[in-house]
Amino acid sequence: MAEKVLTKAASFYDVYERKSGAQDVTHYCPGCGHGVLHKLIAEAIDDFGIRDQTIFISPVGCSVFAYYYFRVGNIQVAHGRAPAVATGIKRTHPESIVISYQGDGDLAAIGGNNILQAANRGEKITVFFINNAIYGMTGGQMAPTTLIGQRTTTTPRGRTAANEGFPLKMCELISTLESPIYVERVALTDPKNTSKVRRAVRKALRNQIENKGFSFVEVLSACPSGWKMTSVQAKQWMVDNLLPQFPLGVFKDVSKELEPSERSKVVFSTENMNELLNIPSEENIRTDVPKPLTKFQNPRIILAGFGGQGILMLGLGLAQAGMQAGYHVSWIPSYGPEMRGGTANCHVILSEERIGSPTVSKPTVLVAMNLPSLEKFESQVEPGGLIIYDSSLINQSPKRKDVKVLGIPATEMADNLGNTRIANMIVLGAYIAITGIMPKDVVVDALPIFIKHKKLIPLNVQAIEKGMAFVDKNNGHA
Amino acid sequence: MAKQLIKGNEAIVKGAILAGCRFYFGYPITPASEIAEAAAYYMPLVGGTFLQGESEVASIQMLYGAASGGVRCMTASSSPGISLKQEGISYSAGSELPLVLIDIMRGGPGLGNIAPEQGDYNQMVKGGGHGNYKLIVLAPNCAQEMCDLTMLAFELADKYRNPAVILADGFIGQMMEPVEFPAPVTELPEKPWAIHADKNDETRLICSIELEPEVLEAHNRHLQEKYAEAEKNEVRFEEYRIDGADFVLVGYGVVSRVLQTTVDLLRDQGHRVGLLRPITLWPFPGKRIVELSDSVDSFMVVELSNGQMVDDVRLAVNGKKPVHFYNRMGGMVPSPEEIADQAVKFLED
Ligand SMILES: Cc1ncc(C[n+]2csc(CCOP(=O)(O)OP(=O)(O)O)c2C)c(N)n1
Ligand code: SF4
Repeated sequence: MAEKVLTKAASFYDVYERKSGAQDVTHYCPGCGHGVLHKLIAEAIDDFGIRDQTIFISPVGCSVFAYYYFRVGNIQVAHGRAPAVATGIKRTHPESIVISYQGDGDLAAIGGNNILQAANRGEKITVFFINNAIYGMTGGQMAPTTLIGQRTTTTPRGRTAANEGFPLKMCELISTLESPIYVERVALTDPKNTSKVRRAVRKALRNQIENKGFSFVEVLSACPSGWKMTSVQAKQWMVDNLLPQFPLGVFKDVSKELEPSERSKVVFSTENMNELLNIPSEENIRTDVPKPLTKFQNPRIILAGFGGQGILMLGLGLAQAGMQAGYHVSWIPSYGPEMRGGTANCHVILSEERIGSPTVSKPTVLVAMNLPSLEKFESQVEPGGLIIYDSSLINQSPKRKDVKVLGIPATEMADNLGNTRIANMIVLGAYIAITGIMPKDVVVDALPIFIKHKKLIPLNVQAIEKGMAFVDKNNGHA
Repeated sequence: MAKQLIKGNEAIVKGAILAGCRFYFGYPITPASEIAEAAAYYMPLVGGTFLQGESEVASIQMLYGAASGGVRCMTASSSPGISLKQEGISYSAGSELPLVLIDIMRGGPGLGNIAPEQGDYNQMVKGGGHGNYKLIVLAPNCAQEMCDLTMLAFELADKYRNPAVILADGFIGQMMEPVEFPAPVTELPEKPWAIHADKNDETRLICSIELEPEVLEAHNRHLQEKYAEAEKNEVRFEEYRIDGADFVLVGYGVVSRVLQTTVDLLRDQGHRVGLLRPITLWPFPGKRIVELSDSVDSFMVVELSNGQMVDDVRLAVNGKKPVHFYNRMGGMVPSPEEIADQAVKFLED
């Protein structure tokens, strides 16, 4: 049942050792187009002298075993995924010649999106698409290219447009895209057409050798076994039925307009990694920051307000400065139901020990920048804890008597500084002053890390100082 | 010391690049998109490639291609996206391709939500795709480990020629913590099997098909031997206050962080409680649990799922001691107090 390849190209193995059974013949049926197309490709690889650079993608389908034959690098892939795998290998080895070879089920059905997207990205690969209007490998089921009226094992009464739609015309589709540089449909019927196949194969490969772009060659091909015909009948059926449905010709070719270029290897940089990755390399953790009073140690902080008040930024500033002060720190924006209702909150922990739960269920510190936040979290604060609230926006003081409370008109003070949005830094100043958790200079050192607009840094420093001064002045009243 | 306050998701990308990874193929999904975004930003700066594939199905196949070419490569996704990647994962395991997958788990099943869950344990640890394969699965619980374990994942993937996974949750991904980044890896392992498009590898083949049952069985035996080797060498776990404990909490990822606080709460109440945190979910620290089941009275497994890892704990304990289970799902994360209350109930039972 197997066809012998007579004059063997050097890009074929002399003996097909990967194959079981007879190792001098392919596994393809007599009259099958796959063997002929293989031969034309192998000869082209020989003639271009690219055997050592070629990587062949063997698809799922009858050509799954292409790696038995082609003496080139080979990747056997999942059904329909050849263009995605080809993308992966070509991107890592742009110097290589990648051939993606697919049947119609593989390319036009299960892998339809993969081929369209690879074509549209203009991957610099060569695609050979065997269209035999049937699933050969699995025994003759309908393919997306099966003709209307064609009987297959899954269209026993013939394909109907009503049930299965019309045959998919891939060259027509792909040639509408901007990226592909060459799209042609050819047919393995008579010697004249076969020589056109040979030319198309070479052109599609040359395009890649010259690093020009995505080339797509659809090859109409007989599947006598799937069609349940003799080889001779199959050839005639192609001429009578397939060719009228799938017109031959060049659908797109802009390759001449493109200049050839070098296929160069990927070069990785390994120098200056810290700089490129924005990783600090200079010592930035202090070891000389004195401990605060016991009641202010290891704070678990909830910061809450409405969106736009810079709550997350305040938490970040605290965590960044806390880290530089030598604490273990964590910062997490609120998750889940708490996120709703236009409020923003985050949890920050500064600790001398490794931090367990990064979420704060019983805060030792609550920073409330609006009334809903105060109302929501006040009851959760640990006895002996601390509540700081913006008294310019919240005109009722917390009810708790077992916690320390500081009302600070942060928004009003920020307005006086000319920028409402700086209220968060006033609160940060107040917090460090009241607790002594870290000195001002640590916070000031940290500012450039979490403030994007460098020209706002002096204003932020001023705000922190205002917050600290407020606490100093009102100490005892807090 | 130089530290950076950074989100876990971003620490993954920097760790990957420091480990020599220069190829990222992925498809966006919350809560893993930040990984794609950081990769899109940093990869080109270090001569690498970032490509947004057309789907998760395609992205993992792009990795299949890249890994065939011998480079370190990665992708990241979240639960529904991982379900789609299972095809390529099975093929990669079959073809023995080293690649690194990040799963920032979210609520399920179906579209679920974007809050943290641990419902992907089974599909990663037990193999969500077809065939007799295992993935190396690492479960970080802090930003530092998002970096360190990602680097380790690349090393183990190469060492065992197998996909390796970082299984984390939205919590660990979103949280910012200090990370001290290690020096970049400069020596990458040779890959004599990989396809480089040069004279030496014209006959190399990356392949998962094998028609002959005998040969495919032999290949499967080879895979199992490899897995046995990994089980011998790569089990990693961490313990907290386990000395003298007679009640052992077991949890991974963000849960292990909550459990650390739970242990402190319970110890303060006078209970002799400790914590075992698997760092490798596969290979699972079952041996350690077998040992513990001799000395402790009972276990309590806590998961953000319907109970997936608990099966592995029960398998190891093998009926010797009670294994209690407490869970939250749908994106709910229990507080240390909530778990402590539950533990006390089990303890007093
Ligand atoms: C995911 C998946 N689905 C289905 C199959 C079964 N299958 C193998 S080959 C094939 C059809 C191949 O047909 P085609 O691409 O036209 O190639 P041909 O065999 O005709 O050359 C199918 C459906 C598979 N291997 N994988
Ligand atoms: S079944 Fe069809 S496609 Fe497959 S080898 Fe035979 S003739 Fe060729």
